[in-house]
Amino acid sequence: MTTTTHGTPALVAYDDAVRRYDPVIGIEVHVELGTRTKMFCPAEQSFGAEPNTQTTPVSLGLPGALPVVNGTAVEYAIRIGLALNCQIAESCRFARKNYFYPDVPKNFQTSQYDEPIAFEGWLDVELEDGTVHRVEIERAHMEEDAGKNTHVGGSAGRIHGAEYSLVDYNRAGVPLVEIVTKPITGAGERAPEVARAYVQALRDIFRVLDVSEARMERGNVRADVNLSLRATPESPLGTRTETKNVNSFRSVERAVRYEVSRQAAILDAGETVIQETRHFHEEDGSTSPGRVKSDAEDYRYFPEPDLVPVAPSREWVEEIRATLPELPQARRRRLHDEWGFADAEMRDVVNAGALDLIEATVAAGATPAAARKWWMGELARRAKQDEVELADLAITPAQIGELQRLVDSGRINDKIARQVLDGVLAGEGDPEAVVVARGLEVVSDDGPLLEAIDAALAAQPDIVEKVRGGNQGPVGAIIGSVMKATRGQADAKRVRELVLERIG
Amino acid sequence: MTDLTRLSAAELAETLARKEASSVEATRAHLDRIAAVDGDVHAFLHVSEDDALATAADVDARRAAGEELHPLAGVPIAVKDVVVTKGLPSTAGSKILEGWIPPYDATLVEKIRAAGLPILGKTNMDEFAMGSSTEHSAFGNTHNPWDLDRIPGGSGGGSAAAVAAFEAPLAIGTDTGGSIRQPGAVTGTVGVKPTYGGVSRYGLIAMASSLDQAGPVTRTVLDSALLHELIGGHDPRDSTSIAEPLPPLVEAARQGALGDLSGLKVGVVTQLQGEGYQPGVLARFHESLELLTKAGAEVVEVSCPSFDYALAAYYLIMPAEASSNLAKFDGMRFGLRVEPTDGPVTAERVMAATRGAGFGDEVKRRVVLGTYALSAGYYDAYYGSAQKVRTLIQRDFDAAFAQADVLVSPTAPTTAFKLGEKLDDPLAMYLNDVATIPANLAGVPGISVPNGVAASSDGGADLPTGFQILAPAKADDRLYRVGAALESALESTWGAPLLSRAPELG
Amino acid sequence: MSTISRDEVARVAALARIDLRDDEVDRLAGELDVIVDSIARVREVATPDVPATSHPLPLTNVFREDVPQPALPVADVLAAAPDAQDGRFAVPQILGEE
Repeated sequence: MTTTTHGTPALVAYDDAVRRYDPVIGIEVHVELGTRTKMFCPAEQSFGAEPNTQTTPVSLGLPGALPVVNGTAVEYAIRIGLALNCQIAESCRFARKNYFYPDVPKNFQTSQYDEPIAFEGWLDVELEDGTVHRVEIERAHMEEDAGKNTHVGGSAGRIHGAEYSLVDYNRAGVPLVEIVTKPITGAGERAPEVARAYVQALRDIFRVLDVSEARMERGNVRADVNLSLRATPESPLGTRTETKNVNSFRSVERAVRYEVSRQAAILDAGETVIQETRHFHEEDGSTSPGRVKSDAEDYRYFPEPDLVPVAPSREWVEEIRATLPELPQARRRRLHDEWGFADAEMRDVVNAGALDLIEATVAAGATPAAARKWWMGELARRAKQDEVELADLAITPAQIGELQRLVDSGRINDKIARQVLDGVLAGEGDPEAVVVARGLEVVSDDGPLLEAIDAALAAQPDIVEKVRGGNQGPVGAIIGSVMKATRGQADAKRVRELVLERIG
Repeated sequence: MTDLTRLSAAELAETLARKEASSVEATRAHLDRIAAVDGDVHAFLHVSEDDALATAADVDARRAAGEELHPLAGVPIAVKDVVVTKGLPSTAGSKILEGWIPPYDATLVEKIRAAGLPILGKTNMDEFAMGSSTEHSAFGNTHNPWDLDRIPGGSGGGSAAAVAAFEAPLAIGTDTGGSIRQPGAVTGTVGVKPTYGGVSRYGLIAMASSLDQAGPVTRTVLDSALLHELIGGHDPRDSTSIAEPLPPLVEAARQGALGDLSGLKVGVVTQLQGEGYQPGVLARFHESLELLTKAGAEVVEVSCPSFDYALAAYYLIMPAEASSNLAKFDGMRFGLRVEPTDGPVTAERVMAATRGAGFGDEVKRRVVLGTYALSAGYYDAYYGSAQKVRTLIQRDFDAAFAQADVLVSPTAPTTAFKLGEKLDDPLAMYLNDVATIPANLAGVPGISVPNGVAASSDGGADLPTGFQILAPAKADDRLYRVGAALESALESTWGAPLLSRAPELG
Repeated sequence: MSTISRDEVARVAALARIDLRDDEVDRLAGELDVIVDSIARVREVATPDVPATSHPLPLTNVFREDVPQPALPVADVLAAAPDAQDGRFAVPQILGEE
């Protein structure tokens, strides 16, 4: 048991907690859509622009401004809904969620409330060991992002010398889709893994759908993690907490673990969990209570009168469905079949992030087995050694394909191929160029080879005798000295043939 | 030389087109008139003399160069202060926006500028268009040109008074529950609320988004048609804007002025007369009906029972939407910022202090009422029920328009009352809009045409009355046809426009 | 039916972020009581079978193309701000911010 700096008395060890309680998670994921313009106005949206350079009267909430829905954002939302096996609403509306906050320029957020564009879906989430957990999706709805506040310390304060904030509205109005799960039950001790895998799976889907860059580190994808405990899977749901803005896969996992341990301690003490929002702390993986807002629950939702209903025709929905790209899970299954890898091999490939690389290498002409051998073998070793991702190595699938072709054609052997790899990684060019520049080509003219063989035979007459006597065992020693003499460039198989021929 | 301020906009436009006067002369004449009488009337919150004269000079130059111009080019116009004008103050009559200079133009202002109408200035109004007397302006009352001790109606009292006092031939109003039509009635001017979605709302400082509509304020029906055609039409920046083109309005006005209404069925709404209506107002109403009958129209009685609930529904929907629309006035990004007098200076407390100091009584009343109606536990009973009444009112309109081509009523139940008379009785003030509100709830268009004068109930001088005509959505042309026919019949009875009977000012 | 108490007015005014003086709260409580009594009659006819109408005209699917338009110049954006610094709006301390 430990204590934290955030006022929680004690934690129950995770393993102990999940032995005695059944965790139920719920996850709300916000994804910023990668449209060119904002949700309700034609201000351009891009990461890293100078403050307040991407605003219109609409995204600044100036008097008189009116919203108009970005049709592409609606299409993206439908894409997401379909990818999550949701139904798409025949008609749905935006509502106003009223609350005062300086980064919300109108002091209401335009969001969908009781009429989401997509609802009742599911996503099968695969854990690292291949276990599949189905996550039921309650809804996916459209809304707009808020601006960004930067807190400025008191010493430099200009407002009566107090602390103050600086607000940038570039992000205000950026289109968001919020995806809300139903309570995720049955994960048991693997709840943190399921939570993480779910968010990761969503991220992959957003990328494949091309609806968002989905970069966690830029806040394109943000997760709120709900967690409650109950005595057994048969018990009614317990009181939940909502940990806001958990913004990396690892943090999602840690937040769930922490809340399990924290809530178990509260329940063990015979106390009740308070329903509240909590903050996640990256430094130590803990959570702490958020500010209690007296009127936070009274958002006074009502249908947004400045917008008209969105009623996607069934034709449009089917058109979008027909153009959906292959989704990550289906693709994994297809490639698994096509490549014929063992289940464990395939999992390793996926977990190593080598799927795209191998697929591209196969496309470049290598066999799946060869592609896997390179990426999961030599290249994985080097990536690990350099502490980089596989994809970040300075070598392309096309280059690996070329390298493998050189091996297959017998122009280099496996050992030389590693040297070629060194050259490519060192920026010396494509494999072919490295082979030529470094003079690594396998010796294919038998002349110089025969000279080397004759020299080796002459140097080791006793071995020649033994071989002639019918004992082929020691022939390796001859081959070895030939290979040494040719600095490994000879084709060992050919050397063996020629040696045996010579000895006759 | 003719007094250019006494011409209708159509007449002035022709005078300019014939080069008998320049736009600079016309604009100067109106600015002079403003200087002469606005001290008494206080129709304007801001006069944009330099801007107006510059536009006028530009139009004159273009006309001299033989450029083809909009028919209203060079005719000056006044704009209600609720409409956002780039570079000109736009306060909506509120202290919270005092000094705010918008960085953009409303769509209708863009159209006005593109057509070359010099903008004389911004007109006074009830704060955020909340009121029926213009007494809720943070910047002083506007006075009715017919009797300076009386209200000019509201919320667009400034625009109506400016036109009635010959300070401008044209003005822009906005009508959420009658704010164009009711001031028209009590000042003897013409006011039109177009079909919801007929004129872009982009750049109107919103009160109630599903009810607000901008429209013309003029002295003649034809002038309203001309201005309506200029400011109306589809705007992609307003999601609720109607995509189809406007019906031909000027043509309808010209045709109506010929006086033949044969085949037209006029429906008198049972619920919009009788109790609460001043006897003189009803007398003028019935005389007007007779004139329409003489012109060939058939008058039928239609019943719209849900109209009895319109005022109640309106006073839920309007404050609810307003409470949200006015949330943006918080002292963070523009306008007034007030710090609390004691305690910590936090954003939350500065917002509350700013709104407490910046909003007037009526705004506070409606924002609190609207917040209450939307708050947890009350939504279904109040806002939800009001939206259902809205359905019933639309159904009543549908049924009524199946029996009649247009519906008619007195525009306002009374003539102009005295300044201060109803200020302490909000409910009595709200009753001014009883006949105009149903049109806003259903989105249908309406016009108020001056139809005479009546003795005021408190024994003062005779004051103007208005005749309201309502048409089905998107059939705004009917307003102009019937309105112009009534106007021409009345004027031939009177021998001169009604406003010629208004006392001289200045 | 309604009796709107001072507390209710104070609660709603806080929700609406409007500081009210005590005398304003008193007056509003009385006024709102009368107004709410009068408008509560909408419930007489708002039966369950009647659908709600939120838009005067039945429009749907009004979309904008995803094509950027020029942004407002930052100078214009900040010109009206009560306080600004480094291209951003300066606002008083926000409670709950870290």
